[in-house]
Amino acid sequence: MSFRRHANLALGGALVGMVVAAALLSLFWTPGSATAIAIGQKLQPPSPAHWLGTDHFGRDEASMLMVGARSSIAVGIVAVAIGLGLGVAVGLYAAARRGWTEEVLMRGSDVLFAFPAILGAVMMTAILGPGAVNAIVAIGLYNVPVFARLSRAAAAQLWQRDFVRAARLAGKGAVRISLGHVLPNIAAILIVQATIAFATAILAEAALSYLGLGTQPPQPSWGRMLNEAQTYLYQAPALAIFPGAAIALAVLGLNLLGDGLRDLLDPRLARLR
Amino acid sequence: MSPAPVIEAHAVSKRYRLPRQKLFGSRTEIRALDTVDLTVAGGVSYGIVGESGSGKSTLARLIVGLERADAGSVEVLGRRLAGDPRALDGAAQMVFQDPYGSLDPRARVAAIVGEPLWRLPDREERRRRAAAAMAAVGLGAAELDKYPHEFSGGQRQRIAIARALVTDPQILVADEPVSALDVSIRAQVLNLLRDLGMARRLTSVVISHDLAVILYLCGRVAVMHRGRIVEEGPAALLDRPVHPYTIALRDAVPRLEPGRRRHRTERAAAAPEELLNGKAGCAYRARCPRAVPRCAVERPPLTEHAPDHRAACHNPG
Amino acid sequence: MALLDIAGLSVTLPSAAGPAAALRGIDLSVAAGECLGIVGESGSGKTMTALAVMGLLPEGAHAAGRAVFDGADLLTLDDAALCRLRGRRIAMVFQEPMTALNPLQRIGDQVAEPLRQHRGLGRRAAREEALALLERVGIPEPRARLGSYPHQLSGGQRQRAMIAAALACGPNLLIADEPTTALDVTVQSQILDLLVELVEERGMALILISHDLAVIAETCDRAVVLYGGLAVESGPVATLLCRPAHPYTRALLAALPQPAAGARLSPTAGSVPQIGGFPAGCPFADRCPIAEERCWRERPPRSEIDAQHEAACHRLDAARTLPARPGPAR
Repeated sequence: MSFRRHANLALGGALVGMVVAAALLSLFWTPGSATAIAIGQKLQPPSPAHWLGTDHFGRDEASMLMVGARSSIAVGIVAVAIGLGLGVAVGLYAAARRGWTEEVLMRGSDVLFAFPAILGAVMMTAILGPGAVNAIVAIGLYNVPVFARLSRAAAAQLWQRDFVRAARLAGKGAVRISLGHVLPNIAAILIVQATIAFATAILAEAALSYLGLGTQPPQPSWGRMLNEAQTYLYQAPALAIFPGAAIALAVLGLNLLGDGLRDLLDPRLARLR
Repeated sequence: MSPAPVIEAHAVSKRYRLPRQKLFGSRTEIRALDTVDLTVAGGVSYGIVGESGSGKSTLARLIVGLERADAGSVEVLGRRLAGDPRALDGAAQMVFQDPYGSLDPRARVAAIVGEPLWRLPDREERRRRAAAAMAAVGLGAAELDKYPHEFSGGQRQRIAIARALVTDPQILVADEPVSALDVSIRAQVLNLLRDLGMARRLTSVVISHDLAVILYLCGRVAVMHRGRIVEEGPAALLDRPVHPYTIALRDAVPRLEPGRRRHRTERAAAAPEELLNGKAGCAYRARCPRAVPRCAVERPPLTEHAPDHRAACHNPG
Repeated sequence: MALLDIAGLSVTLPSAAGPAAALRGIDLSVAAGECLGIVGESGSGKTMTALAVMGLLPEGAHAAGRAVFDGADLLTLDDAALCRLRGRRIAMVFQEPMTALNPLQRIGDQVAEPLRQHRGLGRRAAREEALALLERVGIPEPRARLGSYPHQLSGGQRQRAMIAAALACGPNLLIADEPTTALDVTVQSQILDLLVELVEERGMALILISHDLAVIAETCDRAVVLYGGLAVESGPVATLLCRPAHPYTRALLAALPQPAAGARLSPTAGSVPQIGGFPAGCPFADRCPIAEERCWRERPPRSEIDAQHEAACHRLDAARTLPARPGPAR
């Protein structure tokens, strides 16, 4: 596994690993307190006590970033899981049934897909009310058509393959074939898409929190940190830079990871063909 | 060997419709099979010869129940087939053309070969029978735990044959079984098919565009062109064909005759490949050197030309 | 006078485990008006030969040896010089017309392209000449076809179009790599007839590459049999068929089902070696019924059997006893 050939994978993996590590670590330990308000300490520059300084409420910036990572990742994982679970189920079903079922399901997906995802998520949380759970539902919902389309297209190709015909000849039904033959063979594509969807989910969560519709206080969130940092942009620009950089690095890392995984899995798939 | 027919197809037609080109336009239809009759007796090795578009693969899939005919009936072992292979209970199995596409790349050989036995609850029994099938095709039980990509094309085709035999089927359909294999490997698989067919008293249907393969494996043959059977009878008819298409096919097959093409004294006229899609008349008339006016009007029925040798032609050679 | 003279051609391809030998020193030559066949199965190196001559080897591949075309060594020419030759004096026809033709460009434009590039013809003149070429290769309704896209043509017509594009500038040498393998047998026959006619008409040299020995036998004057990246036998096709010298050639003939009904095929056990897995000695040693210890160690030298007939085998005398036809009926 030479580094050059797998630079995407290595770099992406490192970035994502850092974010995940920070999030996990924050469950046990943070440098300071992410929630304790200490107005007397507000807007401090980086120091040994506060590695990245403090925000306008005196909260430790570094701790907030770490705990904020938790929100982003939690929302990201669950939302993608919803999209993956429901979307792949719909896609596999459509590919197995063909005909009108497939048409109806896919056109329905297309309609949902046509809505701009972030705007739709905003609308949903506006209806359902702000909060992390509703953000998850909204983002998850908009992931369903992505995975439905992808899995249907990949599955439809597989249904034409001779080994699937052989399974039908063996007497296996559509469900068994979808789970036993189709799903394992499209897994690689789904994994790659999932990492990219994860990146989009993090962005969406940040956008929602920025608007006050996502994770609610006192739970820190990168998006809300950005929002709050706006007012103090001239006094303490670092307060905007840190969460912004965190979002950017997390998204970059996931995109690189997705690219790297695709490069890793695709040629092997092609050879296995 | 019972002389009763094991496979009977009556007036079978199947068409495929291409996706619409315009929103409310009509869909082009391709007639894959056009009123085809086929009868295969038990224990016989039956060949179906045709080029692309002849409908031979579609017919093969109908026989094993993978697809359903739009018109006509298909009866195999007394049961009527309607697009569900489960009706046959594993009595008919198929070997596919592409050894690289017919094995699930993510499954081990044991699972692949044992797949037709998936209803058997006893895992040990399944593995035993899979190993027996592998032995019958000349592969050892040690190969059962490997993945398809670890094998060569010829070996993969053997694995596919093992899978087809594991349920002890009565009928084996082989769709272009050696076309995708290297030439020096083909003979291995051909001999295997021939030996197994004879040893197990299989009724086999072999689909191929290669006349030599059909002659080697089959006792009877049907020649297909554009969804219709144009000539039918003992396999030896391929040496003395009567239908102009079969004649053209036989002449076109390259032979191990040095200079046959290079130093040809006369060349056949370059016939156009375009074919009229007219519904009436003979489908071959556009390319046929023996066409007469009647060919454009009336579709020639399969008539007996010599004992047990039928051809669908108004003006056979 | 040989038009193309190849000596000691070797090609290595990049692979995960370092450079892999695809071709290991082959010789062949073809003269104007002659048809040479290259016979081989997958992994034999036959396509690499063509690509090396045309300078179209994949990224990271290396070619060694000499390939002299009309006085110049193709392997030493720079890109600009090769571009001048390709399409103009040496042309190639590939197996898969759908991937060799640009799916987004009309047929007429693709056939006219070499005319405009190499002969500097203007648009209208090139179009007229393209029309004449399409007619010559037997495409029906050629004027209408000028404006068609490749996917609107049948497989045989696409191949004819590719041949037309290859002929556009009147090349001296045409290399056809499995030109008919993807086509129906009846169409194959027409395409091969076309190639033979063109050779006679234009005094071109033709190198025909195929895995099908019968196609080579019918169409070519001489042939080279490749196996495992080496030329195991070469000579006039009549000699190869009647007096094959190398065990592989004999095995190939014995394994071909022939319309002589009933004769049992004698298959050769084992599988064809692939690029990167060629053994040290004779590539056929693993499967050869008369292989002895020396065959695995040393690569057999080429021996001249007759005028123009050569084979590379340590045990040519013993090879004569091997079956070269299917055996007696069972």
